[in-house]
Amino acid sequence: MQFFPFVVVAWIVAAGLYGMVTSRHLVHQIVCLIVVQSSTYVLLLGVGYKRGAAAPYFSDIPVHTPAVDPVVQALALTDVVVEAAVTALLLAFAIQAHKRFGTLDPHELVQFKG
Amino acid sequence: MEPLPALATATPLLVAAAISALNMLLRGQRRVLDAAAVLTATAVAVMLAVITARTAHGDAVYWFAGFRPSHGIAIGIDFAAGPLSAGLAGLAAVLVTAAMIFSWRYFEQVATYYHVLMLTFLAGMVGFCLTGDIFDLFVWFELMGVSAYALTAYRPEERGSLQGALNFAITNSVGAYLSLSGIAIIYGRTGALNMAQIGTAIARSGPDRLVVAAFVLIITGFLIKGAIVPFHFWLADAHAVAPTPVCVLLSGVMVELGLYGIARVYWSMFGYSLGHRTVITGCFLALGLLTAVVGALFCFRERHLKRLLAFSTISHAGMFLTGIALLTPLGLAGAAVYVAGHALVKAALFLCVGVVLHRLGSVNETWLHGRGRRLRVTGVVFTLAGLGLADVPPFALFLGKGWIEESGSSRGLAWLTAVLVICSVLVGGAVLRVAGGVFYGLGDPPSEDPQMAVEASEETSETDEGKQRTPLSMIVPAAVLGAAGLVAGLLPGIGPAIQAAAVRFQDQAAYNATVLSGAHVAHPSALFAPGPTGITAAGLATGLSSVAGALVLAFVALYWQRLPLLRRGFEPGTGLVRAIRRFQSGVVNDYVTWIVIGVACVGGTLAFSIR
Repeated sequence: MQFFPFVVVAWIVAAGLYGMVTSRHLVHQIVCLIVVQSSTYVLLLGVGYKRGAAAPYFSDIPVHTPAVDPVVQALALTDVVVEAAVTALLLAFAIQAHKRFGTLDPHELVQFKG
Repeated sequence: MEPLPALATATPLLVAAAISALNMLLRGQRRVLDAAAVLTATAVAVMLAVITARTAHGDAVYWFAGFRPSHGIAIGIDFAAGPLSAGLAGLAAVLVTAAMIFSWRYFEQVATYYHVLMLTFLAGMVGFCLTGDIFDLFVWFELMGVSAYALTAYRPEERGSLQGALNFAITNSVGAYLSLSGIAIIYGRTGALNMAQIGTAIARSGPDRLVVAAFVLIITGFLIKGAIVPFHFWLADAHAVAPTPVCVLLSGVMVELGLYGIARVYWSMFGYSLGHRTVITGCFLALGLLTAVVGALFCFRERHLKRLLAFSTISHAGMFLTGIALLTPLGLAGAAVYVAGHALVKAALFLCVGVVLHRLGSVNETWLHGRGRRLRVTGVVFTLAGLGLADVPPFALFLGKGWIEESGSSRGLAWLTAVLVICSVLVGGAVLRVAGGVFYGLGDPPSEDPQMAVEASEETSETDEGKQRTPLSMIVPAAVLGAAGLVAGLLPGIGPAIQAAAVRFQDQAAYNATVLSGAHVAHPSALFAPGPTGITAAGLATGLSSVAGALVLAFVALYWQRLPLLRRGFEPGTGLVRAIRRFQSGVVNDYVTWIVIGVACVGGTLAFSIR
């Protein structure tokens, strides 16, 4: 069972990338990007997980109780903040695309190629 | 001195925050905003120049809030500044200063968030260069990324602008998340986030699958940022549409920061563990040379001036990676000087294109043919910078490229010189063709690119058409940067100093000891012997032949239609171009597919050969 979280991570990455490659709708594509990003939360928490350990808050438990790694939780939190910024910006682009050009299809937005 | 590295990132962030907070008050105060941005960027450049000078004999390490490491375990977060990292950050600050001076008259009206984004972009780049913590590296990477995406879409009323910004943001975000996965894996393996501590931890045991996987995932993000084939597609889309002052930063320094990231993680963490194997040189060399050739071919076929310069950046990114891939001090020193020279010259070229757009309202080479005769100063600066790009001695580019070639020969790769010269001839020839056609009206206009007919009309909205004079604030930065690219190659003692910095950068044990125990390593050891940094007769001959080749190519391209013995209208390589254009489809879905293929190839190669 030790490997289970990492199998889930690989599955989420694969599903997200598949969605990004095949998507014909910008909002859908951006959500798929969020799916790829969510894999990093599972990976981080999986890395820091310890079977049978407590949450790392030592106010009401003895100091030497085994606890899960608190660092990965801080990293995941930072990751969430970064994701919020990127997603908000990307969705703002999608809104502009819809407002000005009436399309959310990445193929129809193409002006430059080659 | 001690807190100076932290101050260099805090200053632009604080000024950006102040500008945002005082948005209502500052709305009409264009001069105050411009002055604040220019002064901040200049101050950061001065700070980084001081750090660069003072770290020549050892890295400066700053621990935030004084949390110093105890018994080799890092508790806090550090900035570790060396001459190469601080120098690169300083280059970014210089380019931001020039871009802000240029924007002064370039935009008729500008929103306050333009200044805020430029300053956060600067802070992101400086932090990325100086940090010694792998997770922080990701955070700074994202800060500079998000600022750059928003700046690319500064004019969202254009289809190309949105397309470029979306492709840029989506591909780079995928890369950043793959990097973060690699960071999580290496944290799981070592329990550390400090690069020196990770390096020490994995150096004890040989490379295992986890270390290789983490290495491949971390560098994927940097390869995408560094526009290395097949991860390069976003770059041309983004550069063609970003406002000119932003292009200066994207091409001049942000792409190079991606490659710096690879060098940083390799020589602070993975190098010792992976054992500096031949397969690493081989893998990066293959990617670098492929990028150099593909970028040069695309560059020569392009008619859109900004896209032409963007493809030339891709080609040069390949050459920088080639210098890093050799793993020698001379190769890295060559790449560093090449990056500096390229940044200054490329910035000058972009600013000249900005002047052309400001005065003539187009970036279409066909339409512009012979119409730039009035822009005499701009023409001279553009031509000189174009010659610099073709490695004319004694520009810094000539020096850096010569060292990379010299270093290649010392590792038994003498054929490297031939490939790199061909790329320089193609890129230099393309830029000189533009110079001759647009500014001097030589030869015939090139055939119309069907795409350009639409684009030319859309480009004008960046600035109002038909300006009668070129403001000094636009042409002076271009001339100064171009001249700086020339002078950088002439500085006395630059060769030994930069090579010593490269030796220090490559000595993982010295870096780890300096960060973790504060030890001063007076004489870092080099894995490969340092090489000669003087100008040799062979190097001079190579440089001159590449300039001559570029000039001949430019003239042949301009007078192609008048050459005898040719069918009218025949253009070589049209079929090839049509074939490769299919890959650059402009659709982000395809770019993500290429990222997956690229990761699989790089990862597969390294995983099967490093056991």
